Parts: sequence; C-alpha cells; structure tokens
Amino acid sequence: MDYYNLLTTCAFIHLLVSIPYAYSNYVENKAGQFFSSGHTNNWAVLVCTSRFWFNYRHVANTLSVYRSVKRLGIPDSHIVLMLADDMACNYRNPKPATVFSHKNMELNVYGDDVEVDYRGYEVTVENFLRVLTGRLPPSTPRSKRLLSDDRSNILIYLTGHGGNGFLKFQDSEEISNMELADAFEQMWQKRRYNELLFIIDTCQGASMYERFYSPNLMALASSQVGEDSLSHQPDLAIGVHLMDKYTFYLLEFLEEVHPASQANMNDLFKVCPQSQCVSTPGHRTDLFQRNPGSVLITDFFGSVLLHDMKQLVADVSSQKPKQKDWHPPDGFILGLWTLILLVFFQTYGIKHLKHIF
Amino acid sequence: MGITAAAARDEFQEELVIRPLHSGDIYASFQFRTLWDTDFLQEGQKVSHYRLFPKSLGQVLSKFSVRELHISFTQGFWRTMQWGQPFIPSPPGAELWVWFHDTVSDVDGNWKELTNVLSGIFCASLNFIDLTNTVQPSASFKPLGLGNATDHRFLRYATLPREIVCTENLTPWKKLLPCGSKAGLAVLLKSEKLFHSSFHSQAVHIRPVCQHKNGLDFAKILDAPSFCIHLCINCYLHLFTEWSLFKMFSRTLTEACPLATSSKVYVDITDNPEGELFELSPATPLLSQAVVLGDRRTYSVFDLTRAETFGQLRSLNLLLRWKGDGGEMLRPLLHAERYVAGFGLQTGEIHTVIYNNHPYRAFPVLLMDSVPWYLQLYIHTLTVTSKSRDNKPSYIHYQPAKDRHRPHLLEMLIQLPPHSMTEVTVQFERALLKWTEYTPDPNHGFYVGSSVVSALVPSMVAMSTNFTQDQPLFSSFVPVKEESSYFVRVYTEPLLVNLPTPDFSMPYNVICLTCTVVAVGYGSFYNLLTRTFQVDEPSLPLAKRLANLIRRIRGVPLLT
Repeated sequence: MDYYNLLTTCAFIHLLVSIPYAYSNYVENKAGQFFSSGHTNNWAVLVCTSRFWFNYRHVANTLSVYRSVKRLGIPDSHIVLMLADDMACNYRNPKPATVFSHKNMELNVYGDDVEVDYRGYEVTVENFLRVLTGRLPPSTPRSKRLLSDDRSNILIYLTGHGGNGFLKFQDSEEISNMELADAFEQMWQKRRYNELLFIIDTCQGASMYERFYSPNLMALASSQVGEDSLSHQPDLAIGVHLMDKYTFYLLEFLEEVHPASQANMNDLFKVCPQSQCVSTPGHRTDLFQRNPGSVLITDFFGSVLLHDMKQLVADVSSQKPKQKDWHPPDGFILGLWTLILLVFFQTYGIKHLKHIF
Repeated sequence: MGITAAAARDEFQEELVIRPLHSGDIYASFQFRTLWDTDFLQEGQKVSHYRLFPKSLGQVLSKFSVRELHISFTQGFWRTMQWGQPFIPSPPGAELWVWFHDTVSDVDGNWKELTNVLSGIFCASLNFIDLTNTVQPSASFKPLGLGNATDHRFLRYATLPREIVCTENLTPWKKLLPCGSKAGLAVLLKSEKLFHSSFHSQAVHIRPVCQHKNGLDFAKILDAPSFCIHLCINCYLHLFTEWSLFKMFSRTLTEACPLATSSKVYVDITDNPEGELFELSPATPLLSQAVVLGDRRTYSVFDLTRAETFGQLRSLNLLLRWKGDGGEMLRPLLHAERYVAGFGLQTGEIHTVIYNNHPYRAFPVLLMDSVPWYLQLYIHTLTVTSKSRDNKPSYIHYQPAKDRHRPHLLEMLIQLPPHSMTEVTVQFERALLKWTEYTPDPNHGFYVGSSVVSALVPSMVAMSTNFTQDQPLFSSFVPVKEESSYFVRVYTEPLLVNLPTPDFSMPYNVICLTCTVVAVGYGSFYNLLTRTFQVDEPSLPLAKRLANLIRRIRGVPLLT
C-alpha cells in the first residue's frame, strides 16, 4: 500500500510541475496565433436596404447580426448600422419598439440599447460608398463614420432585394457588383482594412462577390447565381415573414459562439446547407491570404482591442531583462517517470506486467 | 480671468406628473432639470469639468455659440380638444429651434454643422435640415430664457414632420441624464411600454436663466447666467379601469436618483376632492397646489427622497382605481386645426382654423406658417375671416419662397373675437419636382410642417410672477410675466400633400423604345443600301471532294 501512495504522490508532483509548463506553452501559442492575424481592432458595417413593412425580414436580419456582433464585443462606436426603414415603431407593428426574429415572439433583436446611424432616406448608395471609402463631408459626426485603419478587420453585411450583379436600395436605385469591387479596391489602396469579411443575404447573392479583385477579402453569400434566397417563417400575429433562412441559421450558429470560442471560418461555410436553406450558400476565399480554417469567427464578429506592442517591447528590452518563469529541465520529467516505473516493477515483479498490457 | 479652481455649482431635479383623464387615459409627463452656474460663452474661460450637465451638449453649446437650444421628437399628434393643453407642447416629427449668440458671424454655417452634430448625438436624420426647410421667424419663438437681444437674424427654426421616434432616439436621450436610466424616475422609461402609446414626445430645452438669490426678483439680477437644461418626456397612454405604475411602465420606483436634490411624483387629484371619482393608493398626506395653464390644480405629492414614501416593500407602485364616470373636462381656451382643401394634383387650398373658446375675452394670437417651396402659395388669395366677417391682421410678415432655396414664411398677428372661429385660407399650386428630388416612396406624399399658434391667453386664475425654488417644474417652464395671462403654444396637424408624381419607369421605357426603333428602322434601311449579293457555290460532299483532289493531281477537269 505504501507504494501506491508513493505512486500517487509522484504523479501529483509531476502534474504540479508540468501544468505551469504546459500553460506557458499555451499562452505563447495563443499570442503567436493572435499576432499572426495582424489586426488590432474590429469594425462592422451592417446595411439593410429595403423599405416598406413587408420587408420586415430584412431589418430583422440586420438587427440579428448587429445583436450578435455587439454581444461578442464590438462596441456601438465601431458599428455603422444602416436601416432603410423603421419597423419597430412602424404604425403597423402590433408590438411597438420590438423586432422579432423567431415566431411566437421569442427573441426581440431590437432590444433596449440600439443606435442606428443611418436611417430612413439616408440609406442610399452614395452614403454607403462614402462610408466605405471615408469620403464624407467634414461636418459628419463620428458615429456615422467608418474610422478604420490598416489594422482593422471589417465585417460588412448587406441584405435586401438583389439580382444578378446588383443590389437594390430602397426600391429606387441599385449598386452593382463592379461598384462594390471598386469601392473595396479604394479601401485597399487607402489602407482602410487589414482583412474584410463580406456577407450578403439576397437573391443571387453570389453575383455580388464575383467581381472582387482586392486582396484579403473573404465573401459569403446566401445563394448562387440563378437561385433565390428564401424567407424563413411568418408570424401570424405580426403578419409578415420575420427572417430570411440564411440569416436565421447564421443567427443560430452565432448564438453558440462566445468571445473565447475557437470556431473558425470552415464552420461558417457550413451554415445553412441546401437541405435547410433551399438555396446553395456560396463563399469565396481565393483573395484571402490565410487559410480559412485558421481564421477564427471572433476575428470578424468579435472585438479584439489589443495594441501594437512592438515599440513598447523595444523600450522594455533595453531595460533590465525580465525574470522568466522557471521550467524544469526537459529530461527531468522523463527521468521521474522512469524512476516511478522502476520502483513499481521492482516491488511487484515482472509477472505483473501482463496486467498492464 | 483664467480657469477658476472652484467647482461650478450644479443641481438636478426630477419629477413626474400624472394626470388621469376621464376616459381612463393617463397623461404622464417626466421632467428632468439640471441647473448649472456657468457660462459657456464667456471668453477666456473654458469649461472642462462636467458633473451633472451632459458633456456632449455642453461641448456643442460652446463650439457653436448657442444661447438657447430646443429640440423635440414626437410620435403622434396631441389632441387638444380631448386631452387639454400639454405642459410643454411639441409638433409631430422633429422640431429644432436655436438662438445663437450675437457674436456669431456665420449663422447659417453654424446651423448646418449644429444639425449634423445633433443628428449624431440623437441618432436622427437631422442632417436633412438645410436651407430649404429652415426659417427665421420674426415674431414667434422669442427666447424662453434670459436675454434682451431679439434680433431674429440669430434665430433658426426647422421642423421635420416625417421624422420617426423610436428606441434609438430614446437611448442617447437617457444617457444625457445624470443617473442614466439606472436610478430615480428614469427607470420607468422602458421603450416597449413607452412607445405603445397614442402620443410620445421627448425634448431637450437648454436656455440661460438668472441665478436666483433667495427671495429677490429675478428681473433685477443680470449678471452671469446659469444654464438650465430641461429634459422632458410626455406620453399619453390608454388604460382601463385600474392602472398602476407597474402596469403602465412595467417597473416600480425603488429609489430616487442619488444626485437629485428633489425627486417627486405628482398625481392630479383636482377632479377628485372627495374621492368619488377614483381611489389613489398608497395614500399620502402631502398635497400641493399649483396654478398651471390658467387653472388651479391640486396634486398629491410623493417625495422619493424620503424613505417612508416607499413603505414596507421599499418600492412605490401607485395604484389608481376608477369608481365612477367622470364629468366634462375643462375646454381649452385656444385650439387650432389645419387641413388641405381642393381636388386634383395641380391646385389646392390650405385652411387653418383657430378657435377662441373664451366666453367674453378677445385676445391676439400669432400664427406662424412655414410652407415648403414646392407648394407655391398665392398670397393675394389670403383671407382671414372671423364670424363670417373679414378680420385684418395687425401685423403680417411674409417672406416668399425661392425655388429650391428657402420655404415660405408667413407670420400674422390676428385678434380673435370672443367665442369664435377664425379661418385663414390661402390657395397654392403644386410644383413639379426634378426626378432626383423625389423620395424613394413619392406616392406616400410630402409633408408640410405644423403651423404654430402662440398666444397669451387670459387666465381665470391669478398667476404668480414670483419665481421660487419650491415651485414644481411643470408649472414654471415658461416664465410668467403678467398675472392675468399665461403663454400657450398650439401646434396644428402637419399636412400630407400629394405632388404630381411621374412614372419612374419611363426613362427605361423610352430607352427601350428608341433603341428598338433605331435598330429596326435605321438598321433595315442601312442594310438595304449597303447589302451586296454574291452567288455562292454549294459545297460538295466528301466523296466528290476527294475525287476532285485526285483529278487535280492527274490534271483532269474537276467535278461540280
């Protein structure tokens, strides 16, 4: 019995010694992974382009992405939310100041703390492109600007009615895929983003990203060219369809993600397969430098507010060197286990080996 | 003078006034006032330490040299005839009027930047305010605060009747309060219940007031003014025979805002002296009388700074149970309506009707109308009739519109005979806009802002001109200059006018038709002129082609 005690105490000592070693390895890996992505701040531009009460679902789509993005850490000052019409306080809304995403009024995505930056008639193609490229009149307030820099990861989400190569704004004008691609190129040349994730939920959405040509762009769409994106479920009390299928399943996926989650882009590509969505979601990663499997969801949907420490590290290293944590020498662990095994077999003899193997 | 080390004194008061009406409806008015002894406009002294006064607005005031700022967002229309006069009236949509300091050289530039900054602060589309919907009233909208200067070149007034109010406007509004929405009366401001009402209005009024020393008449003190910011929310809810704070707002009151010097709830019990109309619980011994809007009214007061108000449960949930049917409500003395008459999409007529319900007193009213340029008014057709006789206004100020530059402004001082109806009519013609000037939904119509009727209405009850500290906020918003009358501002309905709307698919149709005609007509004509005909040999089958090849080698004539 004494030897069992000895064994357990040796194992305990081993664990005690190796846990800090493993943890520091983990921290170094995490830090390495973080600095390899190269971004220090996150922005989101969420646009709903449809007007009129029967397009309630587009506003609900945008607000559910807004809610997820806020929940994962991006503050209102870094979100530009554009809603082309007011559904929450619309006179036809039987429950004012609410926008629901699930039927039977389960989830109110409008909430109590919402800041809409562009609303109503302000959501136009011109304002959208000005926000992206930063060419706004000098009197524009800060909350309406996209003040990103070359280390920002930007999430752009568009929803509304679209067709092959265009997206309709407010039933009166369109933006074409070429204009969008040129706007992103302007952003690239002005170094306004580090990486950009573009998600679009409209009919024939894949046509909007086929003309992109700037680097570091990843795009997702809810349907391929020639296919329509469908809406999900109507609510009989409100009288309209509440969400689109793709964004509904995207919201369900994002509700599982928390700020420390390790889910990556490959999981995002699998959201809403054809069996659920009826349309085939598409994605485009050829312009993106990193492997999508190594890109975390929180790189775009969450917020990372670390600063560039290179200058600070240079200052610090010129001072007294910091005391590093002590790690036991590598052979020590091996030697310790050999000792434990030797003692064990010496006590019980070799005939007990067959009980182990 | 330099930056003084002493912290500027500021104080914060909040109150809620509940007026139960006979039909079971409730009029709730929240008022939050912060008074601060400082001057934003003094040269050489930069204000940098903000405590209770919201910093975002303080910076706006000093940057744009604003003396007074009044902004309101309203959803719904206040029905004066059914509901009486509100404490602080506001028109549907958004309204902004600003008095700039007389040191400003470019008022229009400051105005444009100010509207943009406010649109960012309040999450509203105030950036649509530009010179085409801004006016400079010459007689209405005199400063509500201190100040002798009444040069109307420094006044700007604009209204956006289409502006919607929703949670995104309430959220930044609540952030202007010292306690936010976490303590005090502001915990009741939950958007889901607040917007489920017939009328909801939230406003911010900033103006300089005199520092009041104890008991002295404020008109004598004219040194450094203090700034008063008054935030108020009015809402009008439909309820049934029994209501409580919890039913109305889904919250109860648990504490006063710790930063407030006074925090009170007033319930109007004037119509219920013996308790036969309704029953109010918890009962309170505190009563207060105030003369408001020419009427002496009695209020039950709940003082939230005292712990015993909250009782055993440490929460205050006012309950009101209706017992009998109420009688008639006091009719308001001044009331106005407006509508568009006529048919078709070319001409029309605007009728403004003003009612004077006082039985024997006549009084003058100032009517201000601001009509957009696309309704071209014909001022020669302006008629003012009272009791079917012509009533000539004693003062008319008319500024005609300039297409795409500024709107019409019409101000008139009209004497209303007692117990009468006065009708003002003017004809107009609708303009055809350029196709890019139409909104994305032009068939909805175009809005014309409310008319404003301002008057000093004779009061049945003598009003007090002394300003004391203990006066409730709602009775002292507008300074009272005479004992026998009180100031009233009535807003009419906004108008919704259809302009001749083109068919926006016509450019596409025209292009298609023209291209088809050109392609078919000119194309065939061109073909006829330039087409030449050639005889073409039919191609031989394979066997014959091979045979021809061999024949060519042999030098023998070919097959055809």
